[in-house]
Amino acid sequence: MVSLLDIIGPVMVGPSSSHTAGACRIGLFARGLVGGQPDSAKVELHGSFARTGQGHGTDRAIAGGLMGFFPDDERLRHSLELAEQAGLAIAFSNTKLRGDPHPNTARITVTRDKQEAVVVGSSLGAGRVLITSIDGFPVEVTGAYPTLVFVAHDEPGIVAAVSTLLAREGDNIATMRVSRRAKGGQAIHIYELDAPASAGALDAMRAVPAIVMLRSIQRVA
Amino acid sequence: MYDSLNEAVTQAQADGISLGELALRTEVAEGLRSREEVQSALQRALDVMRSAVARGLPGDLRSVSGLVGGDAAKMSKPVGPLAGTVFTEVLAAALAVQEVNAAMGVIVAAPTAGGAGVLPGVLLGLSKRNSISDEKLIHGLAAAGLVGAVVAVRASLSGAEGGCQAETGAAAGMAAAAGIEILGGTPEEASHAVALTMQGTLGLVCDPLGGLVEIPCVFRNATGGALALAGIEMALAGIRFPIPVDEVIDTMGEIGRTMDVRYRETAGGGLAATPTGRRLAKERLVQIRKK
Repeated sequence: MVSLLDIIGPVMVGPSSSHTAGACRIGLFARGLVGGQPDSAKVELHGSFARTGQGHGTDRAIAGGLMGFFPDDERLRHSLELAEQAGLAIAFSNTKLRGDPHPNTARITVTRDKQEAVVVGSSLGAGRVLITSIDGFPVEVTGAYPTLVFVAHDEPGIVAAVSTLLAREGDNIATMRVSRRAKGGQAIHIYELDAPASAGALDAMRAVPAIVMLRSIQRVA
Repeated sequence: MYDSLNEAVTQAQADGISLGELALRTEVAEGLRSREEVQSALQRALDVMRSAVARGLPGDLRSVSGLVGGDAAKMSKPVGPLAGTVFTEVLAAALAVQEVNAAMGVIVAAPTAGGAGVLPGVLLGLSKRNSISDEKLIHGLAAAGLVGAVVAVRASLSGAEGGCQAETGAAAGMAAAAGIEILGGTPEEASHAVALTMQGTLGLVCDPLGGLVEIPCVFRNATGGALALAGIEMALAGIRFPIPVDEVIDTMGEIGRTMDVRYRETAGGGLAATPTGRRLAKERLVQIRKK
């Protein structure tokens, strides 16, 4: 369904809805995966992002996203300098990702304290993004909802346990998806919620032994 | 939202309302947002469009590559036969917004960043010479949004998919509907203004130098605004385009689908592939990398 506000919008820093606004959102999502300002980031640009990214400010847009700036934030223009001042070291490089991904794709590896996360995201046009991989797990996340990302041991009952915890706090699930790399290993769970997960639900989830990683990410779109 | 502009016009006529009012009511009926939320989002878009025009007119901005900037300022002091008319106001405002976009300033993608100058150019250019309330301008944006939604579904709004006809072409069609709305025209006039405008953008290729949203994008937003004025003027004069607007939009989609990839934002053809285009792009990209 196309909304009027998809057409008249977004309000954004130029020059390109896909190379700038979308790129910023992929950076924001990567930041969310480590729960705040990363200490360092490795940004690998693929396809058109690699070819024309610098002229479009894709590097600044991703750096801005990592700093927590949204696509309409004028600080995006100076984000490389601001990141440096804030002690966030970002290394950019061009790459050719395998599997023929969308032409506007970036792989971002972020570290914060002792955590590391690797995210692959594509900018689909008009500022819309799709996160296609988190820590090597295949996913499909739009960032248009507050998103709960967690990794758990692949055993029965996790979905039932977590949805009960969320329901108890009145958190409503809009969409959910589970995927794994191998049977009996670990599975990644992506829940898109109508509102950010409540602190009570997050605390209760942290107490579930099978859950080894948990992140609550604000909407980026 | 509607997937047929002809159906939307019929509905607006049946309800005795304008296309913009129909767009607002339909958006609210789809249940995602209240009327107040939709209107306040469009008011914010209007405010950002105004600030972008104001930011771009002085002429002190340069794009990231340094290839464009300062032309809106020239256009704000026109010397030709149309100086002092709505026409030059539209050109100046469209150039201003697109120069701001190229300089990483804040704009409203409408429908995209590459075509973001056309709609504010026409809306604010027209309202500079005629007193028009914000309420009316918001209805203009809603009418434009309805047209853009139809184009998104029936054709495309992406230069990489459909060439520039899908970006500044679609934006010009949207601006034509917005112009008719704020000038008090009928839904039927709006649909013909869209058709008369978009028939003039069919086949337009997307051929930016170096793949950057700079040349010819900045100028093409201004000429897109001029085409929208032509469509508005013809429709208000009672001219009716013989091919229904939905079929014009379908034609744009069909041309886009069969357009060679060189003409779809890849910088492989058109102006980007001219000797000068290649030279400028190469020089500037080398400079950007050095920075």
